[in-house]
Amino acid sequence: MLRCINQLETADGGIIRVNEKTVFDASSSEKLTKKQKRDNQLQVGLVFQSFNLFPQYTVLANVTLAVKELAKERPNYKENRRQINEEIENNAKKILERVGLSDKLSSYPCELSGGQQQRVSIARAMALEPKILFFDEPTSALDPELTGEILKVIKKLASENMTMVIVTHEMAFAEAVSTKVIFMDDGVINSCGKPQEVFRLNPTERLKEFLRNYE
Amino acid sequence: MSFFEITLALFQGFFVTLKLFGLTLLFALPLGFLIAFGSMSKYKLFSLPSKTFVWIIRGTPLMLQIIVVFYVPGILFNYPIFKDDRFLAALITFVINYAAYFSEIYRGGIESIPRGQYEAGQVLGLTKTQTFFKVVLMQVVKNILPPMSNEIITLVKDTSLIRVIAIVEIIKAAERFIAKEAILWPLFYTGVFYLLFCGVLTLLFNYFEKKLDYYKT
Repeated sequence: MLRCINQLETADGGIIRVNEKTVFDASSSEKLTKKQKRDNQLQVGLVFQSFNLFPQYTVLANVTLAVKELAKERPNYKENRRQINEEIENNAKKILERVGLSDKLSSYPCELSGGQQQRVSIARAMALEPKILFFDEPTSALDPELTGEILKVIKKLASENMTMVIVTHEMAFAEAVSTKVIFMDDGVINSCGKPQEVFRLNPTERLKEFLRNYE
Repeated sequence: MSFFEITLALFQGFFVTLKLFGLTLLFALPLGFLIAFGSMSKYKLFSLPSKTFVWIIRGTPLMLQIIVVFYVPGILFNYPIFKDDRFLAALITFVINYAAYFSEIYRGGIESIPRGQYEAGQVLGLTKTQTFFKVVLMQVVKNILPPMSNEIITLVKDTSLIRVIAIVEIIKAAERFIAKEAILWPLFYTGVFYLLFCGVLTLLFNYFEKKLDYYKT
């Protein structure tokens, strides 16, 4: 589902709206221009399960690359190039500080642990200032110890009122951190609501079964 | 015939060898890119000709290709275009041949980049072109450097094949001494030229590989 909203994959049917804006409509024949498509895409940031950092760039460059490329389209880019790039870098450093990686700015992804790589990837997504941040199983590729540090970062972002959609198998975490949970089974929404309701008050049979297997 | 005179004569031959080597690289490196993109295209109109081309070129001996390019225009159209410029015939053959091999190396390199890299570029709002040049290309270069150095070193020695259309490269230059002076050792002596030149190339490629060693994929 995340991949459809992000247009990495095309849905077979239906309509996708993000913040009241239709980003995909299977029944409409008019095609979105590339620019529109990209603007829609930039509304949401995505953190991948397998990080997908750019191995040949430093941590800082990974975070600034896309922002710098986008800045080139600004009308006054040429005159203020130096200033703009400096601004972008300072901003990226601030974001990296928020995810606790201030001391790794000039490291390469291969020199970092999985948890650190995933935090870079979160910073990279945040640098584009998306309205919503998507996480596609952000901890599935990590061992339990490293999972903790990612969850901590997500909690921190949540406390800063960042809107996030997280696909995860960390049930306890989902219950603790989210304002709304959706339990999906085989591509269909099985139950949905406040975590308290979904997990405690009236869990569906399927969810109970899932939780049993989980524990 | 003094050692010095023979060395000088061999150097003249080696100059032809180097000229073919350099010009082949100059044209075959970019041409290989075109063929690689042809082979990878999802449109049969592009991929089929590219793949057939690569199949034919890699499926026949380079020596035979040199002979075909050199003689066929004369036989078919009664117009031997390369009569006065044998070197051009050799160069065209080498460019075609090496472009085919390079294209396969490029293709392997480009296809080895995980899909996640393209997806990351896409969700970060990079265009396809930006993703290719800013994200993918450097990784491709790193991946293909070892097979490319291998192929380029092979090219140095393949140049000796052009003697089949009587171009005097270094080996042909050495053979003349057998006919004229009945001395054999200049032929063995050519090996030193090849060895030294390939040695320099090896050092050069090692240097580049080290330069790109600062990260791992």
